[in-house]
Amino acid sequence: MTMMRVKDLSKSFTLHEQGGVVLPVLDNINLDVMAGECVVLLGPSGSGKSTLLRSMYANYKPQTGRIEVRHEGAWVDILSAAPRMVLNVRKRTLGYVSQFLRVIPRVPSLEVVAEPLRNIGIEAAAARARAAAMLERLRIPQRLWSLAPATFSGGEQQRVNIARGFISQSPIMLLDEPTSSLDAQNRAAVITLIDEAKARGTAIVGIFHDEDVRRRVGTRQFDVALARPT
Amino acid sequence: MTASTGEVGAANGYDYNFAYLDEQTKRAIRRIILKALAIPGYQVPFGSREMPLPYGWGTGGIQITASILMKSDVLKVIDQGADDTTNAVSIRNFFARVASIATTEKTAHASIIQTRHRIPEAPLAAGQIMVIQVPIPEPMRRLEPREIETRKMHALKEYGLMHVTLYEDIAHWGHIATTYAYPVLVNGRYVMAPSPIPKWDNPKLHQSEATFIFCAGREKRIYAVPPFTDVRSLDFEDYPFRLQSFTQSCALCGSGQSYLDEVILDDEGKRLYVCSDTDFCAQRVAGGHVGSDPDALAAAKDGAP
Amino acid sequence: MIDLEPPLLQVEGLSKLYGRNVACKNVTFKLWAGEVLCIVGESGSGKTTLLNCISAIQPQSSGRVLYQTRHAGTADVTAMSDAQKRLLMRTDWGIVHQNPRDGLRMGVSAGANVGERLMAVGARHYGHIRAEATGWLNRVEIDIDRIDDLPGTFSGGMQQRLQIARNLVTKPRLVFMDEPTGGLDVSVQARLLDLLRALVQDLQLAAIIVTHDLAVARLLAHRLLVMRRGEIVESGLTDQVLDDPQHPYTQLLVSSILQT
Repeated sequence: MTMMRVKDLSKSFTLHEQGGVVLPVLDNINLDVMAGECVVLLGPSGSGKSTLLRSMYANYKPQTGRIEVRHEGAWVDILSAAPRMVLNVRKRTLGYVSQFLRVIPRVPSLEVVAEPLRNIGIEAAAARARAAAMLERLRIPQRLWSLAPATFSGGEQQRVNIARGFISQSPIMLLDEPTSSLDAQNRAAVITLIDEAKARGTAIVGIFHDEDVRRRVGTRQFDVALARPT
Repeated sequence: MTASTGEVGAANGYDYNFAYLDEQTKRAIRRIILKALAIPGYQVPFGSREMPLPYGWGTGGIQITASILMKSDVLKVIDQGADDTTNAVSIRNFFARVASIATTEKTAHASIIQTRHRIPEAPLAAGQIMVIQVPIPEPMRRLEPREIETRKMHALKEYGLMHVTLYEDIAHWGHIATTYAYPVLVNGRYVMAPSPIPKWDNPKLHQSEATFIFCAGREKRIYAVPPFTDVRSLDFEDYPFRLQSFTQSCALCGSGQSYLDEVILDDEGKRLYVCSDTDFCAQRVAGGHVGSDPDALAAAKDGAP
Repeated sequence: MIDLEPPLLQVEGLSKLYGRNVACKNVTFKLWAGEVLCIVGESGSGKTTLLNCISAIQPQSSGRVLYQTRHAGTADVTAMSDAQKRLLMRTDWGIVHQNPRDGLRMGVSAGANVGERLMAVGARHYGHIRAEATGWLNRVEIDIDRIDDLPGTFSGGMQQRLQIARNLVTKPRLVFMDEPTGGLDVSVQARLLDLLRALVQDLQLAAIIVTHDLAVARLLAHRLLVMRRGEIVESGLTDQVLDDPQHPYTQLLVSSILQT
């Protein structure tokens, strides 16, 4: 089943601060993502992998094209949808794991991970229990659960980020270098999470700079620079 | 009705109109009084005149009395319940001079009673008019100094702030500690400052047969409570309005049901308690009631250095 | 179905002129229940004027503000009588001022400050009022031992939290805030923002927050309006406007933030 359809997507950046120079990044991208697959985005640095991924999350704003998401049975073009619709899609259908955790002061890591469940109406105790289970899987020691992640190591922060991204089991997941700051053991834990997601029928699009991980989790590849599958 | 200009005054050696104020001023004030009676509890602004005594001494009360006084009236003036304090005596004498009307100390015989800070103990009768001297007519003034704001609050019936004052009392003292100038709701609509009468006197305003006219001369406001008007003291459901009770009785007449004054007799702290309402006390004594120390006051006067 | 829900607030063509000086021009947007909208801009952008016009504190020069009242359908707030507006302010709306002293009664205790709105809409049971006040002080992390203290004895951050409690006690659906963290120390700001985030989430508040601080906008807002010289130059999802700004002015603002 197709979960996401990227159609004729083009994006450039106009840097007004630098005299209005235009940087074209994506040119006429077309990509369908199916349930249960993991599409690995390929391309050299600067080729627009991250730009494409962020556009798929409506974090970036392409100049032309559509990004249709299967949301609760209907197709929603998140590029032209109202902000509140996009937020609803993100809440229930479209998950995103960024490369770095955006730290909010004072909020303990357990709450950071539990938040996506609270947002879809799951009550506090249950949400925290599931967050705890997720943190355990990613081997974050319990003594860190009540602390805000600001003082954690890069790897720990990223694992909190991953826990938060995977906890609500979104039908579509976008992963931007999820394992880049992790050691082998933690990478393995994340790979397991991705496998489980695939088995559930999750449609995944990811950027993985580690070739091993790419081979393990990827079901097919898409070259962004060439704007076509390889 | 009203004497011609100078007639009464000239007879007494003064060149004044009957009851001091000119007829136009009396008319203007009477119009305001009518408006105040028509909107019970609502403060009506008026053009307060210069009176021959300073602000804070009863200029408002005097203007009302002067405006409504007729030759046939009998005037009683009390200050803190007593007919014989300096101010009560001065005001009574003033009207005797400029209006030549009869005056009295007996509540039951008076048609107009001008008062500061007390309402007589004896229930008032139909046809009697209480004229009450008021310092600050705005009940919310302490909490909200802006006149524009308090006027809006009255207009829009926004009285939450009044209950805030009572809340503060309970929070600090455990009970509503306000014992005088206790705010009331008049006719279910306006919150009114009943002037600094003790809360003991508040129930006397409720469904009375008499008319109450309040006036603040310096602040230039007149408000009124016509007969048979609901006047309810503000309170909380779980902290209802309660009258104070006295553990003492009046030393002169023995009453345990009237508001008592504490009188210090000497510089060794000897004190006694007597009725604040002098006429009420005198009536009881005349009727045969005797207190614990009926000659104490007289003795103290004699022994004074 | 999310699309069919009517907006809580609709601002249509709102403009405010002072003579020939255009303070804000033709502002149009909709706000739904539970949405937080930040209006960002620098000094002189007109954002505070806009907020004042929307919240009917100031009269606008043209345009209207339609609000979905609880029981009486949609009403144009700018055409309401004084009495109706004041009632709205005290029940359904909240206003959090930048300086908490503007939004508190400094002469009465913290408990009375929180309880006042309840008393203003007819609450007459001291015990219940005090219990509500206690609950709210807890909620905004003010020690309940301070319930009888005057706000003048509180720190700036505590005063701001007290102001928030005072506004939220009647469970408003829409809250206006003008630079709620302005003038506070950084650690105090963080605490306050954390509180606001939690409250907005738990109470499903809609909020319009005016700020010049993009970090505040990033943290609290679902959507952003970027204002410059009285006009909205860009609007959209918060993360999209901040991560992929399109308008030159927005790009300037975003690139001007200092990083620690």
